[in-house]
Amino acid sequence: MPNHNPIMNILVCISHVPDTTAKINFTGDGKALDPNGVQFVINPYDEFGLTKALHLKEAHGGTITVINVGLAATEPTLRKALAIGGDKAVRINANPEDAITVAKELKNHIEANSYDLIICGQESIDYNGQQVPAMIAAMLKLPFANACVGLTINSDTALATSEIDGGHATFQAKLPMIVGGKKGLVEEKDLRIPNMRGIMSARTKPLELVEPSVNDGATKALHFEKPAPKAAVKMVDAGNVDELVRLLHEEAKAI
Amino acid sequence: MSVLVFVEDWNGSFKKASFEATSYAKRWANMMNTQVVAVTSNSTTSSELHAYGADHVLQITLTKTGMGIAEQLGQLCNDAQGVVIAGTALGKTIGPALAALNNGSLSTNTISLPLSINPTEVKRGAFSSKGIETIELNGSLPIISFVPNSIGIAEITGEGETNSKDITGNDLMEITEVNVASGKVALPEAEAVVSAGRGLKGPENWGMIEELADVLGAATACSKPVSDIGWRPHSEHVGQTGIQVNPNLYIAIGISGAIQHLAGVSASKTIVVVNTDSEAPFFKAADYGIVGDAFEVIPKLVDALRAFKAAS
Ligand SMILES: Cc1cc2nc3c(=O)[nH]c(=O)nc-3n(C[C@H](O)[C@H](O)[C@H](O)COP(=O)(O)OP(=O)(O)OC[C@H]3O[C@@H](n4cnc5c(N)ncnc54)[C@H](O)[C@@H]3O)c2cc1C
Ligand SMILES: Nc1ncnc2c1ncn2[C@@H]1O[C@H](COP(=O)(O)O)[C@@H](O)[C@H]1O
Repeated sequence: MPNHNPIMNILVCISHVPDTTAKINFTGDGKALDPNGVQFVINPYDEFGLTKALHLKEAHGGTITVINVGLAATEPTLRKALAIGGDKAVRINANPEDAITVAKELKNHIEANSYDLIICGQESIDYNGQQVPAMIAAMLKLPFANACVGLTINSDTALATSEIDGGHATFQAKLPMIVGGKKGLVEEKDLRIPNMRGIMSARTKPLELVEPSVNDGATKALHFEKPAPKAAVKMVDAGNVDELVRLLHEEAKAI
Repeated sequence: MSVLVFVEDWNGSFKKASFEATSYAKRWANMMNTQVVAVTSNSTTSSELHAYGADHVLQITLTKTGMGIAEQLGQLCNDAQGVVIAGTALGKTIGPALAALNNGSLSTNTISLPLSINPTEVKRGAFSSKGIETIELNGSLPIISFVPNSIGIAEITGEGETNSKDITGNDLMEITEVNVASGKVALPEAEAVVSAGRGLKGPENWGMIEELADVLGAATACSKPVSDIGWRPHSEHVGQTGIQVNPNLYIAIGISGAIQHLAGVSASKTIVVVNTDSEAPFFKAADYGIVGDAFEVIPKLVDALRAFKAAS
């Protein structure tokens, strides 16, 4: 019988982002996020990816490496990824200010190692770039499934399902490949909360520190502001939906 | 020299985002005193693009995936001063792949026209619409991927020419199956979205939501728990960790307005909230609100809208 479950070496790219409930404020000069009072977490899209990696490892055996391009403050996030089930972590010691720089750092790491599968999230919920995974794929000329909501691996071939506008498309690709994953890769209920044993063992799992090798960004954040606040809501009586229709037509010009 | 715009084709015709992209490119090209080259696989109705600003239409046989298309576009960028791509599902792969292949400088999630050229500056959404970032694109090839519906369309009376060209690209993978719901409005580009939450009590109650969407020509959406429990498909989940939308009209029914939900919908131009609880946080983010039971209000609203449509 052919071996349909070869051992898999999986890289999960993790971004370190403000918790979804965080109130976002910027520094007085508007140059950056004000991290005061903000709790940072594993990017939710990457959590689905990490959980998918655990499922694949359970089925195939292998190793899960988690990686982040970030400064020392991101280490607790990597440790959490180890507590959830990653085997080892790598931190590339650079401030991730520009997507192409992050993508090049990750690409250099991927080239120097051999992975069967690279799982990214569709998007980081901080700067909402949706850039890094497609950039890595383009530089390495690897197949790429964006907005990936389903992935099955059979021997050296992957079947990946992506959300496209108005529906889904399924792709067949030879490994290694890159996915930009989201909910659907695994379900919400599959997400794992690290237990005590996981947290303890994460402390002794390897976390390798790598100095950056890239220094040529293409974009620069100049300024951040908050969106203008909404005007007060206009309440309409539940018995008077005609009034709502009138307002939507005449005032909001929305219908 | 030119601004190149990638114009996506959907089965032989263009969606609004295609015209918006062309129109974006025209306005940018005017700032730079240059012309617009629209690249499309459409061979039948491509002359429509002139009315939105395409000076030249370049018709090529596109490959099937974003990676392949990025490689093809990359070969056309030699004398491009900028590239415009609509942030559709496909555009979201093409933009960064092209930037990586051609040493470009990319802004995704862009919500403004260029504020300046040399260097190019634009505004983009960040922190799930909780912030707006002004970004500078340096380097020789600025690439702008914008949020569909955020810029608008400007029609002009223009004309131009169409040429075709042979260019190849590698898909790197094979498409085995495509399922697109026909006749349904796709969420990211919808001009109106009718969205419902846990307040609806069960999947059997979505009939009135679909009716409302139908009268408005709207797409249907839902809150995250509703898709997590399987009342509705995941593809309808909107919010910070779902699809982000910015329609002209967003109607939220039986949704409390949690911060993660608001983060994905607050860019909508007009927001209507229907909720039994007058303290629901969603009212603070709404333009119009009705405190009431969806099961009573929505059927009445459907009737009122039908009457309005019939009269207008
Ligand atoms: C990491 C993370 C990410 C998340 N991402 C998202 C996201 O992307 N999108 C998202 O939506 N959520 C997201 N959430 C979940 C979010 O926090 C809320 O739990 C969710 O939005 C609540 O959904 P809901 O409003 O449908 O349900 P509920 O909070 O249960 O609200 C139901 C509402 O319906 C009203 N209601 C009840 N009966 C009626 C009736 N008959 N008529 C009218 N109104 C009625 C109630 O008053 C209530 O306000 C996320 C959470 C986390 C932790
Ligand atoms: N600094 C980073 N370190 C590691 N992975 C990252 C980093 N930034 C982005 N990624 C990966 O790329 C995905 C998309 O991110 P982005 O392009 O920033 O929206 C994320 O979900 C991560 O998987």
